[in-house]
Amino acid sequence: MLSLRAAVPALVLLAMASAAVAQQGAEPVAPPGEVTVSDVPNDAGDQLAVSFEPSPDHDRVEFYTVYRREQGEGDEAWRTVKVLFAGQGTAFVDGLDPDFPVQAGQVYEYRVGASPGLDEETLGAAYTAQEVPQGEWFNTGKVRILIGCALFLGLIFWFFNRAQSGDKLYLRPIPGIEAIDEAIGRATEMGKPILYVPGLSTISDVATIASLTILGRVAKKVAEYQTPLMVPNRDPIVYTVAEESVKQAYIEAGRPDAYDEDSVFYLTQSQFAFVAGVNGIMAREKPATNFYLGMFWAESLILAETGSLSGAIQIAGTDAVTQLPFFITTCDYTLIGEELYAASAYLGREPKQLGAIKGQDWFKAIIMLIIVGTLALGILDLIAGTDLVAWLDHLVTSPAAI
Amino acid sequence: MKRTIPLLIVMVGGIMMMIQFFIPHQISQAIFGLYTDYVPVISGFALILGVGSLTRVHYHKVRRRADNWQYSLLVIVTLYLMPVFGIIIPASIGGQAEGPSVFHFLYNYVQIPIQSTMFSLLAFYIASAAFRAFRARSAMATVLMLAAIIVMMGQVPIGDFLGKWFPATGLWILRFPNLAGKRAIQLGVGFGILATNLKIIFGVERNWLGGAGK
Repeated sequence: MLSLRAAVPALVLLAMASAAVAQQGAEPVAPPGEVTVSDVPNDAGDQLAVSFEPSPDHDRVEFYTVYRREQGEGDEAWRTVKVLFAGQGTAFVDGLDPDFPVQAGQVYEYRVGASPGLDEETLGAAYTAQEVPQGEWFNTGKVRILIGCALFLGLIFWFFNRAQSGDKLYLRPIPGIEAIDEAIGRATEMGKPILYVPGLSTISDVATIASLTILGRVAKKVAEYQTPLMVPNRDPIVYTVAEESVKQAYIEAGRPDAYDEDSVFYLTQSQFAFVAGVNGIMAREKPATNFYLGMFWAESLILAETGSLSGAIQIAGTDAVTQLPFFITTCDYTLIGEELYAASAYLGREPKQLGAIKGQDWFKAIIMLIIVGTLALGILDLIAGTDLVAWLDHLVTSPAAI
Repeated sequence: MKRTIPLLIVMVGGIMMMIQFFIPHQISQAIFGLYTDYVPVISGFALILGVGSLTRVHYHKVRRRADNWQYSLLVIVTLYLMPVFGIIIPASIGGQAEGPSVFHFLYNYVQIPIQSTMFSLLAFYIASAAFRAFRARSAMATVLMLAAIIVMMGQVPIGDFLGKWFPATGLWILRFPNLAGKRAIQLGVGFGILATNLKIIFGVERNWLGGAGK
């Protein structure tokens, strides 16, 4: 008599064999139905939305394979563009796979195969795409951004005009910017150099451009006081722009002879090699003032802490939110986020520059009003049982609402 | 001319890119691709200027026998030795063709460990910065310290062991007050970037032009 331990595997094998026999003898699955193709809106004409009717034997189907060819090509031209498992639905966007790009203006044909297993497939009929992929000349999904930009631009230009017509524009004082003169003066009194790091990012980063504009103004004061300046750079393009800015500042200050061509220099593109180089400069030259203005990553704390240990007065500014706490902890003054962009205007005091800051502030006030207004509507919803926030949300997020 | 042409290029390019953002058409994408393709080309040429600057600065130090001029000599030697081993003499250690090259040896066993050492300094600096930040010298600093203790305790198993409220409160601090502050800064940064771009595109901000800016 068979023991229970021997009987279980035997039963499993028997069940598997029966399943295999049943599979071999089973009817092939019915083919999938019609394929519907539509152009994806707001794209470069490189995407098509494809959907198909599932096979009537959908329950037995393991996966569907979607084939595509250009209209007029032969049977050998069918290429697999998508495999969808039965639980993944029957719709997808074609053109997202870079191996099978969709060309704008090309008419395509699609067919779908239903497979109950790996070696079996029932092919459906070939369908010509109902729509041809086409790029649009305006992205309707960006209407709200366009409205916001137009409003922002309008405010900026309005304040440009007000500033140019002689209106006095008040700007609240920023301690970090006001300390720049004091920091340069300190270095002059001590007879020690000033170190200016314009961030580690490239010229395409707006924080770097903001930093270079501040560098020009700092260099002009440095030239007037005849204090040595050191500007190490990580990016070669930033280096060339920084060199030109400093050179021009010395000319404007009437001290072109005092310009040292070795004061602005390139170090390396490697992040931590750059940090090692700048830390070495701090340790050897003992600058009296360190400026870290621009974009910084993990090196921010290593730079600022070394500067702090060397006893320098430090002014930092960055728009990298994650690095701000490190600068705030280790530096004497920190320009937080947008203050970095405002610094150049504060230092130059040119009317148009001040107008731009005023425009920015007013736009922020509008945003704050919207936030407070939405909060008030939310409270009203809670008290009166209305649905005003949902209505506002629909108004803003639904493209059809605008 | 020296000032007008760069300003015109920036104005036309800037306005084109602003418009391009709203046009998804393939022609618009092709123009954008063409612009971005130029960036690495310009960077390649600028790198030559960068290497020239590095050489000049350190050569001057060596020639003047300035303080620590020996380091400058080392910079110049290693700066030019690496390309020599990488391109001109791709020799392997021990002379075998299949062995690791001198370039890879120097890169893997000298440069990478040095960089890792620099990065690892961060752990010690974070400790000293945290000590400075969390000294309860004022009411605000005390609040900061308490918030930091709760968030840190919420991240480690012992916090969960001591009280379930540690991770819950830590998460609440991160998700609400902390996130609100971060978003406020990011909003300001966004407007600052936009305003700076507009100032550059319309020629209000010209310092980036350097010598041609005035």
